[in-house]
Amino acid sequence: MSHDAMPGHDGIDWGEIRRRLAERQGPEYWRSLDEVADTPEFQELLHREFPEGATEWTDPVGRRQFLQLMGASLALAGLTACSSQPSDKIVPYVRAPEEVIPGKPLFFATAVTLGGCSVGVLVESHQGRPTKIEGNPLHPGSLGATDALTQASILGLYDPDRSQVVLRTGTPSTWNAFVSGLATQLDSGTQPQGGGLRILTETVVSPTLAAQLQAVLAKFPAARWHQFEPVSRDTVRAGARLAFGETVNTIHRVEAADVIVSLGSDFLTTGPGAVRYAREFASRRRAETPATALNRLYAIEATPTLTGGMADHRLVVRPDDLESFARGLAVRLGIEVGGHSWRPTPEQAKWVDALARDLAAHRGASLVVAGDEQSPAVHLLAHAMNRALENHGRTVVFTDPIEAVPVDQGESLGQLVADMQAGKVETLLILGGNPVYTAPADVPFAEALNKVAFRAHLALYEDETSALCHWHLPEAHTLEGWSDGRAYDGTVSIQQPLIAPLYGGRTAHEVASALLSDPRSGYDIVRDYWKSQRRSGDFETVWRKALHDGLIADSALPAKVPTWKGVIPAAPSVAPQGLDLVFRPDPAVWDGRFANNGWLQELPKPLTKLTWDNAALMSPAAAERLGVQSGDVVELTFAGRRLNAPAWILPGQADGTVTLHLGYGRTQAGRAGSGIGVNAYLLRTAAAPWGGSGLTLKTTSARSRLASTQGHQTMQGRNLVRMATAEEFRKHPDFARDPGDHGAGHQPSFYPAHKYEGYAWGMAIDLNACTGCNACVMACQSENNSPVVGKAEVLVGREMHWIRVDRYYKGGLEAPETVHQPVLCMQCENAPCEPVCPVGATVHSSEGLNDMVYNRCVGTRYCSNNCPYKVRHFNFLQYADDRTPSLALLRNPNVTVRSRGVMEKCTYCVQRINEARIQAKTHDRDIQDGEVITACQAACPSQAIVFGNINDPKSRVSQLKAHPLNYGLLTELNTRPRTTYLARLRNPNPALEQG
Amino acid sequence: MATHPETGPGMPSTPIVTPGYTYASVTDKISVIVLSGTTPLSWFAGFLIAFGLLQALLLGIGWTVVFGLGTWGINIPVGWGFAIVNFVWWIGIGHAGTLISAILLLLRQQWRTSINRFAEAMTLFAVSCAGLFPLLHMGRPWFGYWMFPYPSTMAIWPQTRSPLVWDVFAVSTYATVSLLFWYVGLIPDLATLRDRAKARALKIGYGMLALGWRGSAQHWHRYETAYLLLAGLATPLVLSVHTVVSFDFATSLVPGWHTTIFPPYFVAGAIYSGFAMVLTLTIPIRWLYRLDDFITMRHLRNMANVMLATGLMVAYGYLMEIFFAWYSGNPFEMFMMLNRMTGPYGPFYWALICCNILVPQLLWSERVKANVPLLFLIALVVNVGMWLERFVIVITSLHRDFLPSAWGMYYPTWVDWAIFVGSIGLFLTMLFLFIRVLPMISIFEMRTILPSPKPRPAAAPGAGPAGD
Repeated sequence: MSHDAMPGHDGIDWGEIRRRLAERQGPEYWRSLDEVADTPEFQELLHREFPEGATEWTDPVGRRQFLQLMGASLALAGLTACSSQPSDKIVPYVRAPEEVIPGKPLFFATAVTLGGCSVGVLVESHQGRPTKIEGNPLHPGSLGATDALTQASILGLYDPDRSQVVLRTGTPSTWNAFVSGLATQLDSGTQPQGGGLRILTETVVSPTLAAQLQAVLAKFPAARWHQFEPVSRDTVRAGARLAFGETVNTIHRVEAADVIVSLGSDFLTTGPGAVRYAREFASRRRAETPATALNRLYAIEATPTLTGGMADHRLVVRPDDLESFARGLAVRLGIEVGGHSWRPTPEQAKWVDALARDLAAHRGASLVVAGDEQSPAVHLLAHAMNRALENHGRTVVFTDPIEAVPVDQGESLGQLVADMQAGKVETLLILGGNPVYTAPADVPFAEALNKVAFRAHLALYEDETSALCHWHLPEAHTLEGWSDGRAYDGTVSIQQPLIAPLYGGRTAHEVASALLSDPRSGYDIVRDYWKSQRRSGDFETVWRKALHDGLIADSALPAKVPTWKGVIPAAPSVAPQGLDLVFRPDPAVWDGRFANNGWLQELPKPLTKLTWDNAALMSPAAAERLGVQSGDVVELTFAGRRLNAPAWILPGQADGTVTLHLGYGRTQAGRAGSGIGVNAYLLRTAAAPWGGSGLTLKTTSARSRLASTQGHQTMQGRNLVRMATAEEFRKHPDFARDPGDHGAGHQPSFYPAHKYEGYAWGMAIDLNACTGCNACVMACQSENNSPVVGKAEVLVGREMHWIRVDRYYKGGLEAPETVHQPVLCMQCENAPCEPVCPVGATVHSSEGLNDMVYNRCVGTRYCSNNCPYKVRHFNFLQYADDRTPSLALLRNPNVTVRSRGVMEKCTYCVQRINEARIQAKTHDRDIQDGEVITACQAACPSQAIVFGNINDPKSRVSQLKAHPLNYGLLTELNTRPRTTYLARLRNPNPALEQG
Repeated sequence: MATHPETGPGMPSTPIVTPGYTYASVTDKISVIVLSGTTPLSWFAGFLIAFGLLQALLLGIGWTVVFGLGTWGINIPVGWGFAIVNFVWWIGIGHAGTLISAILLLLRQQWRTSINRFAEAMTLFAVSCAGLFPLLHMGRPWFGYWMFPYPSTMAIWPQTRSPLVWDVFAVSTYATVSLLFWYVGLIPDLATLRDRAKARALKIGYGMLALGWRGSAQHWHRYETAYLLLAGLATPLVLSVHTVVSFDFATSLVPGWHTTIFPPYFVAGAIYSGFAMVLTLTIPIRWLYRLDDFITMRHLRNMANVMLATGLMVAYGYLMEIFFAWYSGNPFEMFMMLNRMTGPYGPFYWALICCNILVPQLLWSERVKANVPLLFLIALVVNVGMWLERFVIVITSLHRDFLPSAWGMYYPTWVDWAIFVGSIGLFLTMLFLFIRVLPMISIFEMRTILPSPKPRPAAAPGAGPAGD
């Protein structure tokens, strides 16, 4: 810590960091590199990141936002200076709509489709306005949970920047004008049979839309339908074709696997079925007793993923080496391989050996998963290994593809562009997607687009593609239109609208029906399709049940046994040159479609904790060699294209590998999303959609201010995330307990403890299950009307998330272990915040909740100072947007919207508790266990969060709190937190532990 | 009365008033500053600067109230920033007045007479400045009155377990008693001014303020009784105010705040900074208004001694903080202390040690104490040091507490600076107005300490140079 020990001025002293890390013993965690070094440069960086003076005034954009905020505050001050709510007349219904009881929400089952896979959701609707998305417990891909993107998609519905009117070359027009314009265009086509017509969609998993497009193709036999999506699963499909000669859909039975090997896969948090897989995985990580056998996860990857963070063993390899490693493992498993000349490092050799033994010992109960971004060969190898391990039919199940028409999307787009350039395309309908922005850099889509005589774009936003099209059609949001879609296992959900389109948007179905000159409503289109699919029985009953349940019963695709046709070719002998570049979909904005979603922009990315930006993620060793520090702008050159991007040093990244997340650097995303981050698509080629080698990197003198929410110092040996191996747990079942504590984590006190008769709410968070996926953070923001504060405010540490996921590292720089710890209000029984409030604005409830009375709060912030967990958040400015009318519809009416100058924090979703209380009282009974589900708990894919009444010894939360792994955070302060954690267990392979 | 011009080490034989003054000449010399028709240019210059700074305060307050606390540098975890630093600093400065007036009165230290009026005024102004901050730092300052136990129709009272509520009582009581004490002490002098004023408006103005004082024996008797009683009332307040202010920190569980040594250490620090501020202000004013005869080297020397003594107490406090951080065995406390010394705010800590402990050691030297410019400089340094002390206590304790994931940094914004500098402007503005319209040295008390040409009036026992 002392200044004398600080390294020189030429940047971070890597040797020193390694030495310091090596010196550490036991479970010590560190959060960032600079903190280990604690360099003066790091301190300087801090100064640069947080310059003196109002940041708002140094940054013109920030100033503008700030002035907007000030405008709101001014209005506030101009009114009664205490309340921003305008007076409004409330008129009761004269004739109440069916089933609508004011104050009682209704839930409708529908589906959200992203990245070529639907997931069933239940949407909460308050008198006609959807306010919250929950998972659909009946849906196999959800089981009641959702991911962060799905949670946040509801904000997109109310986004004031959404396109609101049909545009014809930039001027407002009408839908009818478009329909007649389209008809004229088709009639005047010079090529027979609609030869000049092209339709470009994203991955279509909607059977209805597929049928419609097939009908279009039947009507115009010379027309073509192309599919393109930047985050496509081309390699997955190609791998399946290599293995089976046909495209199949692969379903993993994670629950049934004792040993799992992830080859660069992030199957726990991204891709089809991730929500379900996380649940299944977590179910095998819960040590009910010390004797419970846990599954074991190995991750081999180049860039850290959350799945890698959950792994018991993680091997960092260069992207090229991953295939070699897979090949080596396959050979070791006795699989015939065309040619193999891999020279593994001693560590890799040890890994191959240990993995092969472990896999072979669990035939039929093991699983090899290849990442969506991996090459077809890796997928082929994974299939081959699963086959050799007799996992097919056990932990790996195949069905027909869920995509209606699986195509190689890169090829499909290439063909379209070639046709456009050749002048063969006269009419182009782009139904969703933003290809001008997302097309590979070497596919001149935008240029070719200009050669098309009639081009129309259906999209939620007037984006980069719309700007180049003659017609822009506002698209109906998922929650506004009828559609359908297949889940990861093929289960069909009907997507039903929750609200009439706010801006008159249309669905792709309606555009397709316009093409067919068969104008029908979306409802009729979808319903008629399914009616036509049903030959017998009472359709109405089935339809109603499907809408009610959110899925069509037994519509999952049947399992099939594809015949093995795989021949594993020889390894391509390409010597890697330069650095490697890896592209990944962004964990928050995905491929860029959520760029204008403030919730997602402000969502700290799980590993970097960056908000409002992407960065070139690089390994500590590479940064050391290049003298680069986080925030330094580097010039990346890949395949002859250059891009300047700020660097971010990410421990666990393969050396010499740079990862870029897609989805940033947009120019026409909207007010929130335009002009932030760097556009990784500018480096992406059709040949290397997920990156490749040959990257060169040059430092520049520029720096960029990146807003990360992570802390800066070591854990100082604080026992915050408690952890042991399964073996240690067997030997010392009470390792997680505080010394001298025998269960409750209570210290002696002069005062008698509070008595809690009736309910006593508490929570237990299982760190074995938490992947750090952020679904809880988004769910909380959505449920509790949390505001977005903007990058400038995040930079000064004023983000407003009531629940945050702390991320700590353990071990060396190159391959540290990663642990995640969700931290929300602990609802302490001896809450330090309560006695210090001068006006009694934070008080204890009889059920042990630490209640925040917003109306009473004068904003001294003493409660936050005195909160050891720092879970309280203050409205330093008027953060809640009370001026955008559409956002008013988004609010949860059961949660107060906080005004400027007021403290806020997690309430354990007290509105949900009270809802359950009312229900229980109505029926004259007690609230049952599981009846109150907090927003974070509901969203959690792995069910890491359990909430309930700790006075009821039979409740799940009570049982977890009695578990030997249960411990409280900072219980030495005698805060008696109601939120406790279950210590994390690793299940290492002894063969890899030694040395 | 001793009239030797020399001083010897340890022998405070310099007179409190330079010999040669009579009742009339004392009265003339002090009252002419107020009643003179011409105002010295230097006053105007000083007032303009002070008034200019005051505008920064108004701008800062306006900005804060209209746009919100987000214009300040505070955040989570550092929920308190400059506002609380300034509050504690000003309150500390406000301690010298009462100490000089009340405690030294009760201890019959007659040297206080030349400086007590001035110090009391300074106290009042410092407390006014301090009082601004708790209100301003609230998220919703328009609800500041909720801190008071007023009969609300909702039957809601302040939450009396909170030290912030104790603060409200402590500071408001202190302000009230200080004001009364000051005003009561002014009454005979206001009557003098009334009697000597030429302009009718002044006669009326001072006359009303003098509350009909005629100087009768009965008046003097009641006055002395009241003044003594107020002195008795004010004395415990000197100890209580900063004790309560220290509770704002000590009752929390924040490492670096949660300390039992805070009350005495805060009180010592307050007196320390109070005397430093009195010296800082006295020295230039003494020079400007040529008051060397009334505010003599003996005064400066005594004040320097008080500074040295309280400075050593403060140093003991710092030492004990370090010792207990280690002795407690509490890793959070140990980390806090280490972070305070070597963390990102380490330079501030060492600057404070330098300002508050090292530099004042010069005061052991009689030659330093006799060197007025150097004394002024040391007093200034102590003022800065005491501000830094509060900064270090507030900021370094908060910015890295228990969970490393929640650690942050604090950087003040221009609004923070405007309010801080502006509060100095407010203080100086009030001070300049005070020295222009009220006698800055107690005329009647000065008369009592002159060498008597005849037996002193028996009606001034409390203020008399008893025991001499």
